Amino acid sequence: MIVTKNLQKAFGDHVVLNGIDETINKGEKVVIIGPSGSGKSTFLRCMNLLEVPTGGEIWFEDNNITDKKTDINKLRCKMGMVFQQFNLFPHLSVLENITLAPVNLGLMTKEEAESKAVELLKRIGLAEKAAAYPNQLSGGQKQRIAIVRALAMNPDVMLFDEPTSALDPEMVGEVLDLMEQLADEGMTMVVVTHEMRFARKVATRILFIDEGKIVEQNTPDEFFDNPTHPRLKEFLSKIL
Amino acid sequence: MKDELITRHEKLGGTKLEKFYSWLNSIYQSYYNAIVPEKRYLLYLDGIKITILISLLAIALGVVIGVIVAVVKVSANNSKMKWLSKICNLYTTVVRGTPLVIQLLIIYNLVFNSRSTNAIIVGAVCFGFNSGAYVAEIIRAGIESIDRGQMEAGRSLGLNHVKTMRLIILPQAIKNILPALGNEFIVLIKETSVASYISVVDLTAAAHLVASRTYDILPPLIIIALCYLIMTMGLTKILSIFERRLARGDRH
Repeated sequence: MIVTKNLQKAFGDHVVLNGIDETINKGEKVVIIGPSGSGKSTFLRCMNLLEVPTGGEIWFEDNNITDKKTDINKLRCKMGMVFQQFNLFPHLSVLENITLAPVNLGLMTKEEAESKAVELLKRIGLAEKAAAYPNQLSGGQKQRIAIVRALAMNPDVMLFDEPTSALDPEMVGEVLDLMEQLADEGMTMVVVTHEMRFARKVATRILFIDEGKIVEQNTPDEFFDNPTHPRLKEFLSKIL
Repeated sequence: MKDELITRHEKLGGTKLEKFYSWLNSIYQSYYNAIVPEKRYLLYLDGIKITILISLLAIALGVVIGVIVAVVKVSANNSKMKWLSKICNLYTTVVRGTPLVIQLLIIYNLVFNSRSTNAIIVGAVCFGFNSGAYVAEIIRAGIESIDRGQMEAGRSLGLNHVKTMRLIILPQAIKNILPALGNEFIVLIKETSVASYISVVDLTAAAHLVASRTYDILPPLIIIALCYLIMTMGLTKILSIFERRLARGDRH
């Protein structure tokens, strides 16, 4: 579904991604972990071109998204993204946050979008917050609504960029539970996170990125129980 | 003999009061002359109409230019846009770096020499053109005050750059820049007082017209100063109501 070929990204002289070849297939739940500054967030943000790579190619559903002629806006509709800082639109109500994109892109009528939004809000138990504004919500509620906002576009893949890192500890659970539900429903997911328990439980594959390269990848059990690369061993010994 | 008479007169008392009354009377007379005879108040009223008309047209034009220039400036990231952005930079530099009156005269003579044109429209276009440069800088600062994540969130949902600007960034930026923008509008209203340079009969020109009849410039000047004050205070009031309404949406 997503293929990267020799993906490179540099900010000036600072090389962040140093040749990443990776294929993410439909239905996979790929968790990316790595020390800070390793390039894991940049890798994720390249997948929907929020960061423009300085070299290599990215293919999404047989479209080369690094090709200038590709209509990236159309492809982004199929790739939901969830941010560390939620990035809800503070001047719009929860309902408007969710319906804004589908309505303005002409994908749904206002009525369709609203009924879909209400349905999604009901699912996460926040239907009564439809008219509320983002600054009246807790961090966990904001992030769950940000997830719902992305889901309202009916994406084929969901990208999560450290979705729980900005949350108070007691709110992490509700967000991870929702992500786990999504995973159980078969959503293709790419998740950058520090939540190792979530990675172990939900991931089908874990990538370890260090200094702009994937140095090791494996199934969760093997990844945590039998790490081979010394850098990964060191990393796991520090955090587990 | 004469001095003696005056002192005697003053001793009788009430002279100071009399003087005061005659002073008051002369003031009353000069303001009466500046307003009532020959229906001179109509001159002020027409002047106010022209001033408001020019200001409104100029504010509308200034905002349109300002938004476009600001969006181009903050969005310039590829080579095609860089070229546009350079033009916008030139525009703000020239407009902010030269006196308004000179701009007004240049634009007026450029247009007026070729064909007879409505001076009011020329004035409005010139003030709008001038104001646009200041408005652009205000809006640019407002756009840059919005967190980068807002643009990213909009783009990640498939909205293009312009739509994200229009639906997400600008509505938030407006709230931050409303006080500065209101200030610019007030400056603009006051600056239109130089419109008489291009023979527009605005409020300031009306004062000169009245003075040319009464040979007394001060009363009409005080009168139009009050008119300007009332107009700017009215605008301030409207803007603060608007601001409060936006803030209420915030707290909801």
